Amino acid sequence: MPLNIVVLLKRVPDTESKITIRDNAVVTEGLNFVLDPYGEYGLEKALQLVEQHGGQVTAVLCGPAEAKETIRKALAVGADQAVHIIDPALEGGDAAATSRVLAAALKKIAAEAPGGFDMVWTGKQAVDEDNAQVPVRVAELLDLPHVNSIIEFELGAEGKTARCVREVDGERDIMTTTLPAILTAQQGLGELRYPSLKGIMGAKKKPIADWNASALGLDTATVGKVGAKVEITNLEPPPARPPGKIIPGDAQTAAHELARLLHEEAKVI
Amino acid sequence: MSNHILTIAEGRAEGLRKVSFELVNVAQQLAAALGGDVQGAVLGTNVGAWADTLAKTGMSQVYVVDDAGLANFAPESYTSALAAIITQANPSIVLFGATGWGKEVSARVAARLDWGLVTDCTVAQVVNGALVLTRPIYAGKAIAQVKAKGFPVMVSMRPNLVPPVEADKPAAPIQAVTVTLKEPRAKVIETVVKQKSKVDLGEASIVISGGRGVKGPEGFAPLEELADTLNAAVGASRAAVDAGWIDYTHQVGQTGKTVSPKMYIAAGISGAIQHLAGMSSSKLIVAINKDPDAPIFKIADYGIVGDLFDVIPALNAEIKKIQPG
Ligand SMILES: Cc1cc2nc3c(=O)[nH]c(=O)nc-3n(C[C@H](O)[C@H](O)[C@H](O)COP(=O)(O)OP(=O)(O)OC[C@H]3O[C@@H](n4cnc5c(N)ncnc54)[C@H](O)[C@@H]3O)c2cc1C
Ligand SMILES: Nc1ncnc2c1ncn2[C@@H]1O[C@H](COP(=O)(O)O)[C@@H](O)[C@H]1O
Repeated sequence: MPLNIVVLLKRVPDTESKITIRDNAVVTEGLNFVLDPYGEYGLEKALQLVEQHGGQVTAVLCGPAEAKETIRKALAVGADQAVHIIDPALEGGDAAATSRVLAAALKKIAAEAPGGFDMVWTGKQAVDEDNAQVPVRVAELLDLPHVNSIIEFELGAEGKTARCVREVDGERDIMTTTLPAILTAQQGLGELRYPSLKGIMGAKKKPIADWNASALGLDTATVGKVGAKVEITNLEPPPARPPGKIIPGDAQTAAHELARLLHEEAKVI
Repeated sequence: MSNHILTIAEGRAEGLRKVSFELVNVAQQLAAALGGDVQGAVLGTNVGAWADTLAKTGMSQVYVVDDAGLANFAPESYTSALAAIITQANPSIVLFGATGWGKEVSARVAARLDWGLVTDCTVAQVVNGALVLTRPIYAGKAIAQVKAKGFPVMVSMRPNLVPPVEADKPAAPIQAVTVTLKEPRAKVIETVVKQKSKVDLGEASIVISGGRGVKGPEGFAPLEELADTLNAAVGASRAAVDAGWIDYTHQVGQTGKTVSPKMYIAAGISGAIQHLAGMSSSKLIVAINKDPDAPIFKIADYGIVGDLFDVIPALNAEIKKIQPG
């Protein structure tokens, strides 16, 4: 039962990087961009499933020209092929607009493969805008079931169902779903493998299809900045916290002073 | 369009969650600015008591879907129920709590109705007639103002940032909404780890968290004693959870809970960005760490450089002197 798995990946700044803001936008020069970490967990699961059951993994990323490099990383670790959705008309979209684009891409992928796809792995949230809504929206747009925030995944017999353990709000649930489904990955599902040298070399020969809005049959009034229903109008660094007080002295002295400050100055106790 | 602001309540076995009452507060402020009224909705199985409570928070109307099909969480069923309520209420703004549940169901129903949605907001206000939301992005390294280009629009609000309203007003009418639920394709079949702490982490006004510095499961004991004194909840870093010293239900951060308490005490936690993402909207931050260069001190209001096993018990004793009994 070979599997046809799609992984949605976003190009985001490395979580550790320093964010500088100029003119209401993040300064991208000098920023280290990576695959979104939660998407990476989904990619690893997709690769493992294909190792066990056969099939193929298609990585899909919607982003600017610079994202090619990021896509190659997915190919280097083992994705078989990639789709780069690239079109200036798609930039600046909100979650509603982006999910419309990704849903259209998934429809096209399903139409081009004989049995459609079996599942779509995504991250539970992209660590840039932390929206945590694109995959769930895509599921609804395609009338597919979804399971959020998965830490364990088991394919059912015949590959038509799955059993997932998910972590949400400090609780852990077991969920079952039929396939195809949209699946969002949470930390704990498994770290993405490192690319081998052979993988990196091989990635250069793997196909990356470039699709634009018209290839996806999208009306540009419904996507990108114009199609967005909400927009960022201002971006700032977080308000500076007043410099903290380091309370000197041995543990006893410092604890005494801290209790006093919490009571008299901060008035929290 | 009507200027109803609809709040979606969230409950669990013990009753409605506190965030449900905070949403009413936010909705009242928006309704005052937009000239509209506040309505509420509850959905689930046997949720009559939740509806009765919500009806007393000073709203004009409560909608209820009470259906056996909502006993276990299933995204599609909850989406259908919400879509039925929203279609009937015809609001200009729908408010959810930015909990795992709220973020998940709001995204699905927003797609079904083709509405905009802004998740995980800390402030909602009306500016020149438009809804403008404040939300931390890049794990809290930037603060965005997000404007809804128009109405209707959905929002999820981070819990614990505004006072909850009281349920002590004359009861609003309650209207049952019926919906035919199809068998869902994805569903919860069992909850294996349940919330069990005395004080809910997401709602606590004081949180005391331990990290790798507590060194073992027994290392949480002094934190728990201090938590008892302060009626606080105990939190943890991912490192402490991964080591198996404390249950996942206690984890704070990007992959755990987002908390915004009045005071957050971090003991033996270095202050990694994924941890800060879950607690940097706390009002007051206290750090206790052996390493004077630990990044947590950069965002702490008060810091003690020292061994948490000396500092925490001493702090507990000092606080007991101030708060006898
Ligand atoms: C995708 C992703 C998601 C993540 N999500 C989360 C998340 O949700 N939450 C989270 O917390 N982390 C998360 N992490 C992990 C995060 O990057 C850090 O690894 C983690 O927060 C470190 O935990 P820590 O501060 O307890 O441990 P460490 O970084 O090891 O720090 C321990 C600290 O304890 C101090 N210490 C040691 N002994 C004592 C003592 N006796 N007294 C006082 N101080 C002492 C040390 O000086 C040190 O500063 C995530 C990582 C990734 C990649
Ligand atoms: N531009 C994009 N291209 C590909 N996948 C995306 C894109 N935006 C979001 N996703 C997917 O949706 C997940 C959640 O993103 P978000 O809802 O934006 O937080 C990500 O982890 C990706 O898997």
